[in-house]
Amino acid sequence: MLKINNLNAYYDEVRVLKDICMTAKRGEITALIGSNASGKTTLSSCISGIHEKVKGKIEFDGKDITNLRSDEIVEMGLVQVPEGRLLFPKLTVRENLELGAYCKRSRHGRVQRLQYIFNLFPRLEERQKQYAGSLSGGEAQMCAIGRGIMSNPELIILDEPSLGLAPIVVKEIMATIKRISEEGTTVFLVEQNVMQSLKISHYAYVLENGIVKAEGGGNELLESEEIRKAYLGL
Amino acid sequence: MEQVIQALISGILSGGIYALISVGLALIFGVVGLVNFAHGEFLMLSMYIAYWVYYFIKLEPYESLLINLVLMATVGYIVYKVIMTRVLEADHSMQMLLTLGLSMVLQNLALMLFKADYRNVRIDITTDVINIGFTNLSTARVLAFIVAIGASVALYLFLQKTYTGVAMKAVAQDGKAAKLMGINIKKIYGQAFIIGTMLVGLAGVLMSPMYSVFPTIGANFSTLAFIVVVLGGLSSIPGAIFGGILIGIVESMAGYLLGPAYQQAAYFLLFILVLIFKPSGIFGRE
Repeated sequence: MLKINNLNAYYDEVRVLKDICMTAKRGEITALIGSNASGKTTLSSCISGIHEKVKGKIEFDGKDITNLRSDEIVEMGLVQVPEGRLLFPKLTVRENLELGAYCKRSRHGRVQRLQYIFNLFPRLEERQKQYAGSLSGGEAQMCAIGRGIMSNPELIILDEPSLGLAPIVVKEIMATIKRISEEGTTVFLVEQNVMQSLKISHYAYVLENGIVKAEGGGNELLESEEIRKAYLGL
Repeated sequence: MEQVIQALISGILSGGIYALISVGLALIFGVVGLVNFAHGEFLMLSMYIAYWVYYFIKLEPYESLLINLVLMATVGYIVYKVIMTRVLEADHSMQMLLTLGLSMVLQNLALMLFKADYRNVRIDITTDVINIGFTNLSTARVLAFIVAIGASVALYLFLQKTYTGVAMKAVAQDGKAAKLMGINIKKIYGQAFIIGTMLVGLAGVLMSPMYSVFPTIGANFSTLAFIVVVLGGLSSIPGAIFGGILIGIVESMAGYLLGPAYQQAAYFLLFILVLIFKPSGIFGRE
């Protein structure tokens, strides 16, 4: 469904992603793990069309999206829930969610999808009239995920959904991600939380200094000696 | 006492126009992030359109309102497409230099084409008055106030209630997030710029029967609109509306109590005081 071929990304002249090759299969959860500054967020920016200096090829659903604008990519059914949530702080929770359905593909069935999200996260329904800026970390993450789902995506990129959340909330979010995947949306999960994300993912890539260091099935990597040492401290 | 009330009413009426000029500026600053020093020149342009349409085909400014707005929207579109898109991601200082340059070009173009003469649209409404018991009010001014406040409130409601309006606010709050949600932010920027230009165009139409038009008329109102927008809390629309009326009142009361020479001094003094004691503006939040 998502195919990345020999992708290189630059900040000015500095190459931060080096010959990345990756695939995310339809219906699966694909994880991209790695520590801070390994290039994970740059990669998700490249996919979503908000990083300018890119060489290589990104294919979504068989179509080349490397040089498309971000709104064209969302229109095709690929949405990103960005790192740090990036909610619109002075809009209400409900307005935030409704804006998720801004693109044409999602206008139809918007009302049902809002209901679906309130179902998924009942707390958002309670807080729908509050400013998004007043939400707690966990609620804000729920709202950001909900806003992403509102666009009716085929593939959703979740960039660091567990960042800054209490362990119990992380578990809740991970369970939701699994549920979203089971209900038919392909998930590309970008995470620092290696243990939690490997547990729920079908396949995973390990990024280090802009290079794919390892790849394999989620459980396979969990058991790999190298990963356990480097990322799990075991 | 009656004179005080008269001065007060007169100030409120002028304030409506100031509000209308300022909401356009606030919208462009808030959504596009551009400090548009050429905003006053758009006002001048609209007044010249009103004047020349009246001069050549005898359509009064109110009658040529639609023509005027369409032309102003076109001007806004062209200026945005040809000039502004080049500096959207540039430094604020670059943007300011550019819009300042644009304002000089427009002023001097007007000077070259239309000369420095003061030109007036003298129509019936210019001298009409409405009697409200103890005093007479100029019909043109009352009408201008009503339309100006109506348009400003309409803009506010547009931003509150419509999908495009909420998307504009979203772009203003977080451009990157808006992009990721599938909003074409350059399109939204363009729309906001055009709406801002049309609003100041409307102000030009309303002012035409009351003010003379000359090449540098925009400069006075540019400064005034900037003060209003800063007082109002930069990108706040209600702030700009109240700020406009406040400046109108201050100007008029200072003129009545201290003499016409102090009108500008009074609102500049208020401006300086606000910058010292509440830099986020009277109506600003943080």
